Amino acid sequence: MMSLSRSALSRLQASILIIVIVVGAAVAIYGYSISMKPPRARLIVSTTTSLYESGLLDYLKTQYESRYPNYNVSFISQGTGLAIQTAMRGDADMILVHAPSSELPFLTGGYGVNRKIIAYNFFIIVGPKSDPAGIAGKNATAALKAIKAAGEQGKAVWASRADGSGTYTKEAALWKAAGFSATALAKESWYLSTGSGMTATLRVADQKLGYTLSDTATYLVNLKNQNINLANLVNKGRDLLNVYSAIADNPNNPNMTKSNFQGSMQFIRFLASADGQGVIAKFGMDTVGQTLFGSYLQLIQSQTDTLNTGVPVPQLVSWIQSYAFFSGSECPSQFQYQAGDLYGTATTTTQGSITALPLVQTAQLKRYN
Amino acid sequence: MRAIQLIISGNPEVYGITALSLYVSVLGTSLSCVWSIPIAIGLALRSFPGKRISKGFFNAMIGVPTVTLGLFLYLVLSRSGPAGYFQLLYTPTAIIIGQSILVTPIIVSFSTSALESIDPDLRSLARTLGASNNQMYQVVIREASWGIVLAIIASFNRAFAELGVALMLGGNIANVTRVLTTAIALSTDMGDLPLSIALAIILLVIVVTLSVVINLLRKQ
Repeated sequence: MMSLSRSALSRLQASILIIVIVVGAAVAIYGYSISMKPPRARLIVSTTTSLYESGLLDYLKTQYESRYPNYNVSFISQGTGLAIQTAMRGDADMILVHAPSSELPFLTGGYGVNRKIIAYNFFIIVGPKSDPAGIAGKNATAALKAIKAAGEQGKAVWASRADGSGTYTKEAALWKAAGFSATALAKESWYLSTGSGMTATLRVADQKLGYTLSDTATYLVNLKNQNINLANLVNKGRDLLNVYSAIADNPNNPNMTKSNFQGSMQFIRFLASADGQGVIAKFGMDTVGQTLFGSYLQLIQSQTDTLNTGVPVPQLVSWIQSYAFFSGSECPSQFQYQAGDLYGTATTTTQGSITALPLVQTAQLKRYN
Repeated sequence: MRAIQLIISGNPEVYGITALSLYVSVLGTSLSCVWSIPIAIGLALRSFPGKRISKGFFNAMIGVPTVTLGLFLYLVLSRSGPAGYFQLLYTPTAIIIGQSILVTPIIVSFSTSALESIDPDLRSLARTLGASNNQMYQVVIREASWGIVLAIIASFNRAFAELGVALMLGGNIANVTRVLTTAIALSTDMGDLPLSIALAIILLVIVVTLSVVINLLRKQ
C-alpha cells in the first residue's frame, strides 16, 4: 500500500485538525447564541416582493417586535400569486398582498378571514429618459397603446413581471382596458416576461432601456440606491391605484389548522391600529425623502392623505372603495371571524363626517368576479 | 471595495449569515454520516442480492438537482403535507434535513469506493490471523479512514455551496434561514451588490480551501 512520509501525513492531519476546530468553533458559537435567546412565538406572513423590496416589512418587523418581544415575524416574499398559494397550503399564517381580484377568491374559497385594508399608493409606468414611445404625461391606457405601437416598430421594449403578482395583475388589467390581452402580447418580441420580483424586473427594464409597470415604493428605493436610471413617466389616474390588504388564514380550513390565528390577528390589529398606521405613514422619509405608503386609517378617520397625492380625499376614498371593496365592504361579514372590534371603528370615529359607512351608500358598489 | 470593507469590519450581518451556513451544513453532513457510513460499509463489505443496483442508485443520485430535491421535500414538509405535523418548513432544521439527504449519495459512493479499494488480501490476512468478521471489518475501515474523511469533506462542500434546498425549504428568512447562498441570490435581486460580493468571496474562500484539502487527501 502507498503511504505518505511521516511529515507529509502530519501536515495533512494538522490542516484537517485546524479546519475541524475552526468549523466546530463556529458551530458551537452559533448554537450557543441560538440557545441563549428565549424561544419566541412565530408568525409567518407571505407577501409581495414589492412590499418587501421597499424595505417597509423589515421596518415593520422591528417596530412590531419591539412592542411584542416574544414574537418572531418571518416574511416570505414571493409575489401575490405565490403568496396566496403558500397560505392556501397552510404554510403561512396570513397574507399581505395587493390584488383585490385575487384576494376575493381567497376569501370566497374559505381560505381567508378578516381582510383589512392597510395602505395605498399608486403604480407608475417608468421608462428610459429618452422616452422613445412618447408616453410622458399620458394616462395609463394611452401610454400602453403607445408602447405597443413603438414596440412593434422596434423602438421600445416592455418588461413584465409575468408572475401572478399584484403588480402583474394590475398590468394585465391595464392592457385589457387598452384592448389587449397580456398573455397574447407575451409572445411578441418586444414584450419581455421576466417572471421575477419587482427590483429584478426594474433592472431588466433599466438594462434594456425599456418600460415597465412598478409600484412607487420599490421604484424610488432603487432609484435612490442608483440601481436604475429610469424616469417616472406615467403616474396619474384612478386605474393606477394600488391597495394593500392583510388577510388571516381561516382557522376552520382543514389545511390551516396549524396556522397561528391569534398571532395573525394580533399583527393585523397592529397594522390597522393608529400606532401601526403611523409607522406605515412615516416610512420612507428617512430612506428616500418622501413617504411611500398612504395610511388608510388616517384617510378614513381624519381625511388626511399622508401620501400627498394631490387627489382630493373624497375622490381618493371613493376610488379605493370601488377598486378594493367587496360588496360594499373591505370584508363582508360572512368572512369575518372572531374579529372583535377590528371593523367597528367606523361608527365610533370622533372626528370628521366621512366614514366608511355613508360612503358605501354613495360610492358605486361593484362586485368583483 | 465596499465588499472587502464589509468582511474586514466584522459586519454582524455578514458573519451571522456565515455562521448560520456553517452550522446548517455541518449538522446536515454529520446527520447524514449517521446512516451513510453504515450503508457504505454494508455495500462494500457484504454481498447481497441487488448490491450492484444499490451501488448504481447511489452513484446516480450524487448529481440530483438541488431544486428537485428541495421541491420534493417542500411538499413533504409542508403543513398540508405528510410531515406537516412537525411544522418544519422555513426553519433551519428543514435545511439540515434536506442537506443531509442531499449529501447521502456522496458519502455512500465515495466511502464505498474507499473501502473497496483496500487490498482484498488484507481481509484474507486478517482472517488467517484469527480475526472475527467484526474485527476484520474494523481493520478495513481503519485503513480506509482517509477515504471516508475525504467523502465527508466533499459532501460538506456540496451542502455548503448549494442553493436549491436552502431556498425552498428555508425561505431565506433574515436571521432565521438566510444562508450564504440564499443571501447572495437575494442581495443580487435587491441590487445590494457590495453585500453579494462580500458573501460570495467568503463562500468561495471556504469552498476553495476545502477543495484544496480534498485534493491533498486524494494524493494519498
